[in-house]
Amino acid sequence: MLTGIAVMVALALMMGGVVGWSARRFKGVGATLTEKINAILPQTQCGQCGYTGCKPYAAAIAAGDADINQCPPGGDRGIKKLAGLLGIDTKPLNTFHGIPKANSVAMIDEPICIGCTLCIQACPVDAIVGAAKQMHTVIANECTGCELCLPPCPVDCIVMVPVEPNFLQRMPQAPVINLKRLA
Amino acid sequence: MSRELFSFNGGVCPAEHKNESNTRPIHPPPLPKRLVIPLRQHMGTQARPIVAVGERVLKGQMIAAAEGVISAAIHASSSGTVHAIDMQTLPHTSGLRDLCITIDTDGLDEWAPLTPLPDYRACNSDQLRTHLSDSGLVGLGGAVFPSAVKLEAPAEMGCPTLILNGAECEPWITCDDVLMRHHAPQIVQGMAVMQHLLGSKEVLIGIEDNKREALAAMQSAAATLDFAVEVIAVPTRYPSGGDKQLIKTLTGREVPSGKLSTDIGIQVFNVATAYALYRAVFLGEPLISRVVTVTGHVLRPQNIAALIGTSMLTLIQVAGEREGRSGVLMGGPMMGMQMPTEHVPVVKATNCVLVKSQPLFPPLPRALPCIRCTRCAEACPADLQPQELFRFAKADDFDRAQAYHLFDCIECGCCSYVCPSHIPLVDFYRYAKSEIWAQQQAQQAADLARERYEFRLFRQAREKTEKANKIAARATAPRTVTTTDADSQAAKQALIAAAIARVQAKKAIAASRNVETLIAQSQIADTDTPREPIPLPSPPPKTS
Repeated sequence: MLTGIAVMVALALMMGGVVGWSARRFKGVGATLTEKINAILPQTQCGQCGYTGCKPYAAAIAAGDADINQCPPGGDRGIKKLAGLLGIDTKPLNTFHGIPKANSVAMIDEPICIGCTLCIQACPVDAIVGAAKQMHTVIANECTGCELCLPPCPVDCIVMVPVEPNFLQRMPQAPVINLKRLA
Repeated sequence: MSRELFSFNGGVCPAEHKNESNTRPIHPPPLPKRLVIPLRQHMGTQARPIVAVGERVLKGQMIAAAEGVISAAIHASSSGTVHAIDMQTLPHTSGLRDLCITIDTDGLDEWAPLTPLPDYRACNSDQLRTHLSDSGLVGLGGAVFPSAVKLEAPAEMGCPTLILNGAECEPWITCDDVLMRHHAPQIVQGMAVMQHLLGSKEVLIGIEDNKREALAAMQSAAATLDFAVEVIAVPTRYPSGGDKQLIKTLTGREVPSGKLSTDIGIQVFNVATAYALYRAVFLGEPLISRVVTVTGHVLRPQNIAALIGTSMLTLIQVAGEREGRSGVLMGGPMMGMQMPTEHVPVVKATNCVLVKSQPLFPPLPRALPCIRCTRCAEACPADLQPQELFRFAKADDFDRAQAYHLFDCIECGCCSYVCPSHIPLVDFYRYAKSEIWAQQQAQQAADLARERYEFRLFRQAREKTEKANKIAARATAPRTVTTTDADSQAAKQALIAAAIARVQAKKAIAASRNVETLIAQSQIADTDTPREPIPLPSPPPKTS
């Protein structure tokens, strides 16, 4: 009887020790919640959610300060993923923060540009090249389409150009034909 | 013929409809007034145009160069003038537009100088592969993968088995059949080059047993070669011409999920690719034409050696157009794609132009809900669970669709063919695949943006600290100029003198500016001197 209790207590202490040790040893291994959320966000860095970028928004969600439906570029699919990650119900996009738009990139009408560098300072991903009193241009490949460069431009020479659908993004249609009636 | 054959799971036996088109000889290429040649006719990167609008090009001249390793060059299919390099509708279901080179032909069909390599055995294999790459050679079976890349055997295991695919299992299509009937010697010559490059020990040719003439022609041609070739009749069952299915039938081996046939030492080429390779090596002709079956609702279903870039309507006219067309498919009825219009060009992947009509191809009845009868799973030659994939694709649950090996689906259409609910299953898989590709691209863009955003934050922080350090350094730095009173007086004087000198120099520059057109002071003096001073009238005497 006593040996039984002693054995059980010893086992419980040993296993508790292992669990406690591994909790400390493996703490912080793997991505934090903020990083996981940030991996889902579209990285447009547009600030429509009310934060200065995707990472601050991710941190706010992780801290419980922000809701998951504040990201228009992520759309319903993004909300669904966030809900899946956090184990909560999905909800419709909060249109106060904007509505999803088609993919687009900024383009500078170069003859009009006066080289004021205001858009360069506004670009969150450094996708605009130029210098003071020199013409600026957008690196289309690196532009996220956040539209943050539009308001600062004093001559309104920046327009958003929609991105043409890529050849990979094929649309579904019915290519398969009913052969059974022929046979 | 004594070889033991194996069987793949699933498959279907639809009505063949091959005899309509395989009895006529190959029609010589019609020369249209205008050729529209897309720059993306192959797997991999789009080719880069190397001609300008208005330039005269010759037949077989390279007009777009391969960009990167997985890419293929594009050549002018006939001589003429480059009319435009712009976006044109592609032969694709979506009707998407892509960059194309339009050539107005001059009717001369004048060849560019060709460089054949008949003595290919003496060539360096890299040189030979470069020649094939420059000839724009791609797999003509449907995947249009650049052949030069496939002809480099992996270093560690080599490529002991080479299979030539002449199965042509899809209904209606007969382009490989007639090619083997009429050009068997050239095909096996091309195959000999492949064997030379890959160093394969075992060379097999698989042909479905419904093509008696092609089998006989290939057997007699293969007998002339100096290495052993087995021409094997495989049972007629769709899709026996799929790469993995043909490998299973001929060798009994299975390509593991997510792997390539080269990973198990087998390389498969289509017979049309071998023929194109023959022309590239022995005649020096790049890939500018291919045999296309034009069949279905036309007067004379037949095979045409069409130039790449010819409008599909031109081919339909050659085969005799009929009223009541209800659309055009590129490819066969099982895997083919509905074309947006009849005016799209023939590309390297076009094996068949199948003209539809209401009686021949009645529209699919309305799809009913899936009843989970799993007939699709029984028919699937890739051993997948089509009903599950359908469920996941419909629910946009792409992660689970991938977990169920969506990308092992060869889109053969067997599942749609047997489905009693007439669900267009393959369309759902194509949709899911393209969505996954689009998401992967979006993920790449997001990763780039995240990296650049984080670097920007880092850069801003760095600039801030640098500036703060600079200001701090200036505030604390001791004054370097320490002089005695006498010295400082002298220095001050010198400084003042220097400043005065500077100001005077500036004044001099300012004064002498823009005076070239003014009359010099001396000139004014000169004109003034001869003039007699006008004597002033003496004041009148004062009267008292």
